[in-house]
Amino acid sequence: MADFTLRVNGTTRKVSSVAPDTPLLYVLRNDLELNGPKFGCGLAQCGACTVLIDGKSARSCSVPVSAAAKGAITTLEGLGTIDKLHPLQRAFIEEQACQCGYCSNGMIMAAKALLASNPRPSEQQIKQALNDHLCRCASHNRIVRAVQRAAKEMA
Amino acid sequence: MKPSLSRRDFLKTGSALVISFSLAPELAFGQAKPAALPGSLGNNRMLDSWLRVDADGSVTLFTGKIELGQGIGTALIQIAADELDVDLKRIRIVHGDTALTPNEGQTAGSQSVENSGTAVRFACAEARDILVNAAAAKLGVAASALSVSDGTCTAGGKSIAYWDLAADANLKREASAKIKPKPASEHKWVGKNVLRRDIPKKMTGGAAYVQDVRLPGMVFGRVVRPPSPGAQLVSFDEAAVKRMPGVIAVVRDGDFLGVAAEREEQAIRARELLKKSAQWKESASLPPSGDALFEHLMTKAKSVDSVVSEKTSATAAAPAKTLNATYTRPFQVHGSIGPSCAVAQWREGKLTVWTHSQGVFPLRGDLAKVFATDPANVRCIHAEGAGCYGHNGADDVALDAALVARATGGRPVKLQWMRDDEFQWEPYGSAMAMKLSGGLDAQGNVVNWTHEVWSHPHNNRPGAPDGVNLLASWHLEKPSKAPTPADPPLPTGGGERNSIPLYDFPNQKVVKHFLPEMTMRTSALRTLGGYSNVFALESFIDELALAAGADPVEFRIRHLKDPRAKAVIEAAAQRAGWQPNAKGDGSHGRGVAFSKYKNLACYVAVVADVEIDRASGKVRVTRAVAAVDAGQIVNPDGVVNQIEGGIIQSASWTLLEAVRYDRTRVTTRSWADYPIIHFGDVPQVEVVLLDRPEERFLGVGEGSQGPAAAAIANAIAHATGKRLRALPFAPERVKQALA
Repeated sequence: MADFTLRVNGTTRKVSSVAPDTPLLYVLRNDLELNGPKFGCGLAQCGACTVLIDGKSARSCSVPVSAAAKGAITTLEGLGTIDKLHPLQRAFIEEQACQCGYCSNGMIMAAKALLASNPRPSEQQIKQALNDHLCRCASHNRIVRAVQRAAKEMA
Repeated sequence: MKPSLSRRDFLKTGSALVISFSLAPELAFGQAKPAALPGSLGNNRMLDSWLRVDADGSVTLFTGKIELGQGIGTALIQIAADELDVDLKRIRIVHGDTALTPNEGQTAGSQSVENSGTAVRFACAEARDILVNAAAAKLGVAASALSVSDGTCTAGGKSIAYWDLAADANLKREASAKIKPKPASEHKWVGKNVLRRDIPKKMTGGAAYVQDVRLPGMVFGRVVRPPSPGAQLVSFDEAAVKRMPGVIAVVRDGDFLGVAAEREEQAIRARELLKKSAQWKESASLPPSGDALFEHLMTKAKSVDSVVSEKTSATAAAPAKTLNATYTRPFQVHGSIGPSCAVAQWREGKLTVWTHSQGVFPLRGDLAKVFATDPANVRCIHAEGAGCYGHNGADDVALDAALVARATGGRPVKLQWMRDDEFQWEPYGSAMAMKLSGGLDAQGNVVNWTHEVWSHPHNNRPGAPDGVNLLASWHLEKPSKAPTPADPPLPTGGGERNSIPLYDFPNQKVVKHFLPEMTMRTSALRTLGGYSNVFALESFIDELALAAGADPVEFRIRHLKDPRAKAVIEAAAQRAGWQPNAKGDGSHGRGVAFSKYKNLACYVAVVADVEIDRASGKVRVTRAVAAVDAGQIVNPDGVVNQIEGGIIQSASWTLLEAVRYDRTRVTTRSWADYPIIHFGDVPQVEVVLLDRPEERFLGVGEGSQGPAAAAIANAIAHATGKRLRALPFAPERVKQALA
């Protein structure tokens, strides 16, 4: 068991008595009470748990907290709030880009990482960037449109 | 997400028009049957069980139907706002809570707008009438003179609002349904694209799901399932697990094994160790795979046979040509992205469960049976889960959490299944076989038709009268009895759903072979038997059209009488740019298919374009066009979202999905074993809505899956000349067929 200081969404958060190999996901959800990252598979196969570590998309179910403590972590909550939405969040709402929404966290976070490196991605590039994120309600086309809409707004 | 208030507390929070919750009046012995009321009002007859108006200017709707990402909450609010003449923002909604809402059974079968929407519409129309009459009396004017705007009633310069009428209007009365709802021409919100209420919190990390419920003192649970169905627990190392950090309780009851720990990852590690140390006695209880499965279902499995439909004509010509074909569909999963989860807490012998069950009342009944307690001691509160697409593990995990929570000294337990729990133990959509035969006369018209369908049951949900439909209950030391397997009766049906053609054939026979002895645990997966039967029926129509030398669109229209059915086929063909008698080129093809879901809900026609890589056998659907007649449409974008999702999900089922297993174990354990459609393979989808504002609502959640599957099959046949009849059309199988 160890204590860790995490940089999450621009603030410093201390967590205590956590095993160093604890997946970051459980620390974010249970210690820090963040709802954005979701448990989907625990195997880095579905993408529901995605966060950014130093701006890069990471599967928090498979990153140990000890490793994550070295970087700056951004979760869905760090993008914006209901009153002050990030353009991606606004675009997902405007496009009604979900049914159940359980995968939306991963879609938005992966899109955030994509837009940081490629502000005007083509439809193909968006699909490629999200290809390893699973959506079971099949809102794929709306998700692609939402990312395009956000890219336009952010340009 | 914080726990919700009890109804009593809830009602204390404002001075409400409704002062207590009324249930339907008890029927005195010997009294006549009550008058029929529309939609779910029939079983929940009191107005105040549907809505209340508060002095703070708000309106609360109560619905037994739950939100599962289909947007029902928003649609019901649109309906209520129109009937009451209040703004959308004043209305909030409470879904599925055994202490607060009407009992509307399961949220299933694409019936929420039809049943709950109709009830809300009539209840709100009547409530408006009561409120307007109370306002008229108060103001000393005729009710007919009043105009209502956002809840404020005005006449001759005088006005009063609904919320000021608490003492004067009584909604604690039985609905009469005598007040006619508004005509479509007076709707302000119904028929409009209203943004869904549930989405903003989902996009910002708000508490939106049962996974987000956090209670004081809450601990985390995991379940350790047997390695195979029917396996018996011989031994496990309880002491070693109890020594692990954070472990609070190890629960063993018969073959049920669970664990609770202070932290979630501790519960997961304890589960791993329990799995490693547990010894089970297994048996080979699973059916054969591949073609042998269908041979087993069609010739060896115990079958209860019934004639679903039969029609004969003395005047029809004898067939000049007869075709026979057998179609199959494997076991398939719901595959929710978020594994099933529940939070359970015991306090003084009373159990509260936060659950994403589709039916909180039936779940309460089954939990009460397992714990041998009065249902009044169990409260089930709905909280959303990941999309479920039917009966997944939602109910089962509620019992798991309740079993583990008995050992945590009153501390609430949040228990989520791991991915392999979900794949191995959720109830599957049944494997099915459909054997069709059809005869053409000399003019190429269908003169006789038979459709036989073999299927396990599709409706093994909680709420059955003669047992318990919860997984863990069968593993306990004193196991519950599994109820007699059942299918919903016709007209909707289960395995036979959509097996009766809507086409007008002079001679027709449809036979259902119901296979009650499940070789795998099966229950409701979106459309039940509808997906498979429409796949078979609409594939076979194309086979007959080809044999008759007819164009598939013309052939369908020629055999249909229902003008709404013809209209969707024509609309889809037109939008897609259908070219009669066009030829496929070996790698590209186009197919059409149609159904009226359950033969009584929405009409959907789909035209699909496919592209086939002949070298690998990979099929891609490049474009799908759907035309939909759902009667009156409440939220057009909501309908489009359901149809788009249905088509893409169906493409995934149709091209990729099958549960893998050997004779003892299910070997599908992760997404690596059960590929589903990815972004790169998702078709472009276009949806044409044929709005019929004066027609009744028709549910759409399950309307497009069957037609999409058959349209894809027909497109592959059109492209290649090869007819594929065994789902899924996975690359290896397609490659083989084309070799």
